[in-house]
Amino acid sequence: MSADNLKAMFFVECEELLESLGEGLQTMEDGEADSETLHAIFRAVHSIKGTAGAFGFDTLVTFTHHYETVLDLIRSDQLEADGDILRLLLRSSDILADLVELARSEDSGRPEAMDSVLESLIEISKHHGDDPGEDEAQSADVDLTFEPVAFSPLSLDDGPPAGALRYRIRFEPGTSFFRNGHDLGQILAELEKAGPVTVTADSATLPLLSDFDPGECHLAWDIEIETEATEAELLDAFMFLEEFCKVSELGPVAGGLPDLGGGLPDLDPLPEAAPAAELPAEPAAPEPEAPSPPRKTDPGRAAPEPAAAEPQKRADPAGATGGATPKQPMLRVDPERVDRLINTVGELIINQAVISQRIVEAGFDSNSDLMGDLDDFQHLAREIQEGVMAIRAQPVKPLFQRMQRIVRETVDALGKDVTLVTEGENTEVDKTLVERLADPLTHMIRNAVDHGIERREIRAQAGKPEKGTIRLAAAHRSGHVQIEISDDGAGVNRPRVFEKAVEKGLIPADAKLSDGEIDNLLFMPGFSTAAEVTNLSGRGVGMDVVKTAISALGGRVAISSMPGKGTTFTISMPLTLAVMDGMVVHICGETMVVPLASIVETIRPRPDDIKPIGRDGRLLFIRGTYVPIASLSRMLGLLRQGGDSDGGVFVLVRSESDDLVALAVDDISDQRQVVIKSLEGNYGAIPGISAATILGDGRVALIIDTEAILSQVRRAGAEAAQHKEMFHEQASALG
Amino acid sequence: MTIAPHILAIDDSFTIREMVSQTLRDAGFEVTTANDGQDGVEAFAGGRYDAVITDINMPRMDGFGVIETIRSGQGSPARVPILVLTTESGPKLKDRARKAGATGWIVKPFDDEALVSVLNRVTGRG
Repeated sequence: MSADNLKAMFFVECEELLESLGEGLQTMEDGEADSETLHAIFRAVHSIKGTAGAFGFDTLVTFTHHYETVLDLIRSDQLEADGDILRLLLRSSDILADLVELARSEDSGRPEAMDSVLESLIEISKHHGDDPGEDEAQSADVDLTFEPVAFSPLSLDDGPPAGALRYRIRFEPGTSFFRNGHDLGQILAELEKAGPVTVTADSATLPLLSDFDPGECHLAWDIEIETEATEAELLDAFMFLEEFCKVSELGPVAGGLPDLGGGLPDLDPLPEAAPAAELPAEPAAPEPEAPSPPRKTDPGRAAPEPAAAEPQKRADPAGATGGATPKQPMLRVDPERVDRLINTVGELIINQAVISQRIVEAGFDSNSDLMGDLDDFQHLAREIQEGVMAIRAQPVKPLFQRMQRIVRETVDALGKDVTLVTEGENTEVDKTLVERLADPLTHMIRNAVDHGIERREIRAQAGKPEKGTIRLAAAHRSGHVQIEISDDGAGVNRPRVFEKAVEKGLIPADAKLSDGEIDNLLFMPGFSTAAEVTNLSGRGVGMDVVKTAISALGGRVAISSMPGKGTTFTISMPLTLAVMDGMVVHICGETMVVPLASIVETIRPRPDDIKPIGRDGRLLFIRGTYVPIASLSRMLGLLRQGGDSDGGVFVLVRSESDDLVALAVDDISDQRQVVIKSLEGNYGAIPGISAATILGDGRVALIIDTEAILSQVRRAGAEAAQHKEMFHEQASALG
Repeated sequence: MTIAPHILAIDDSFTIREMVSQTLRDAGFEVTTANDGQDGVEAFAGGRYDAVITDINMPRMDGFGVIETIRSGQGSPARVPILVLTTESGPKLKDRARKAGATGWIVKPFDDEALVSVLNRVTGRG
């Protein structure tokens, strides 16, 4: 794996960590944080710091360090996370996200607000906790990183080289020496690379057998070495145990070894006491060896042999624990492969439908074994399909968390007070949809804060709480995912919107519009209502862009508003772009599919419920209201193929703008899930048709684009009603 | 032919796990990884390892828990060299790590060579 891949992984990991950080902070904000929440928050920041260092993202490291210090104070109850602190933590998480983003784009810049936030963090750690900046100071002073030191092994045959010094090292590692996995043999082997070594064990503190704990080390050692290495180099052999050594220089090596104070005999490496003490501590016990010749490893410890004896057992845990099993998000698959799979599974479903139909046609009894098997097959195919879909499904949670941030930023800039409440964060939606919803949602949330929620004083005057609330909710609704953005603000200022639309020439001044129609003007291209252009939502991007973006995803957005109470935008999106539930209908001998999601009901009316209007328009009278009838056969140009037009069934469909229209068809057969096959890629766009599918008998059926049909109907209506033409043209352009 | 020393690397960061295992594998070690302390001690119980590298801050069981669990075991596996991989530093950490029973520590960000060198030493490869 290349360094770039590792880096890419790091950023994926950062995303996850930022997500759990955001989640944790949210829990804190809600006042529901427990100690595990605090630990998780700390861990997220800590992990980013740890890994960022490895890639040299210094700003990231510095920032996370101070962030972490404050989090640690909270975690250890030295600091209370009250409102101000919590706000700082939230701001810090935003900046952290920015820093990660900058690091990803290899931008060496600093987020704008970083310095002030960093200052606050440092300030807090200074006023709380024992000693601020202690960690850093220490890490600078005490060099704990292990730098490999190149020993130049000396040829012992030649004896100590000229200029060599004699050292004595008193080594008292303490009782945990063996328990902590240290090995004197290794230390000595390391030392011997530098020169000949003499070892004497000091068993003076060895307890009586009755008090003897075989796991503990009660020995000390006096080690003498002749070497050209420096003291620091010698200490390096005692890796991690340097503090337990006392090194004294005994002077230059001259000829023979001088008899030193201790009166140690030259080549007496192992005093009698040592082996006795080491016996019980068997494998970790040092096996001090003769001073020379040096041996690289201590066979008792290095343990390649025992490992070899059980290769099977050793291989197992690697497999069982998953080896380098990544966390789920690391299963990175080219989306195209998943799409191909979804497509193939779609074919499988179709194929299964074909087989079922053939079997039924062949006259098998519905109780026969074959039909039972077929049911199983159908069930399995469906399960595979759901499983494949699930690969692409993602909760909307990260998206919603991003919105928390948008609210914070917008609120900061506008001096308003707003809480964002989220619901249904675990609602799963196709990944592409989640990603592509980010921009429209951001814009809508900004709008809600900017235009929806009133200023504090105005809210207070209206008797509302000063703090506004924006609710962001997701839920699954009959094969769709529905996202609602509602605010408790002033609602759409309809007179103002109307005035503005007239001003901009969008509608004639004498236009008669319903409240809903006025609200929908907000979606018209180029419409902007802000009394003053703020630097937030007044960026020339209107709700029309939002609407276009959502339509491009096969979704719809609707608005409803109550003056003084607030505004709600409802986005309705398909769960996936690949399959949908449809109703199979017949028109002039053609089989077609109407998306189930837009169907309200199917009706077989009495003849006198159908009223003619205008030249060739008709209306359907249903429960006291008139609904325009769309003659599909005529609109889709099927009439010339012969056959009677508009048999007796009407499919009542509802548009995103809540308009109803009755689609006239000859017959309806059944409801089923269909795999959507794009026509545009394979054939070309057909007005009134959104896509195609393949039916059980292998025939192609067209899927009706109900929105397009509706706007055609509306346009026809507009032509009939000349004075409203302009408005309807534009309104239908939005459909 | 010698058999590569087997290292158990425990870290909740996928990136760190990957960095450690990649570096060590390149240096001729066999590496098994675990995603958190709990997985780590389970992996340890089920295999033979010549050294353990563990992160400190992890969900489910932290690094100190890992060391304690391993050290409270029986026989030679209980005295396996355990290295703490941490961003913390300072005498406090040293003390804490030693008291808990760690053999040593590697401070993040670590240098590949240093990591290999420490592991060579604690596994007795020189």
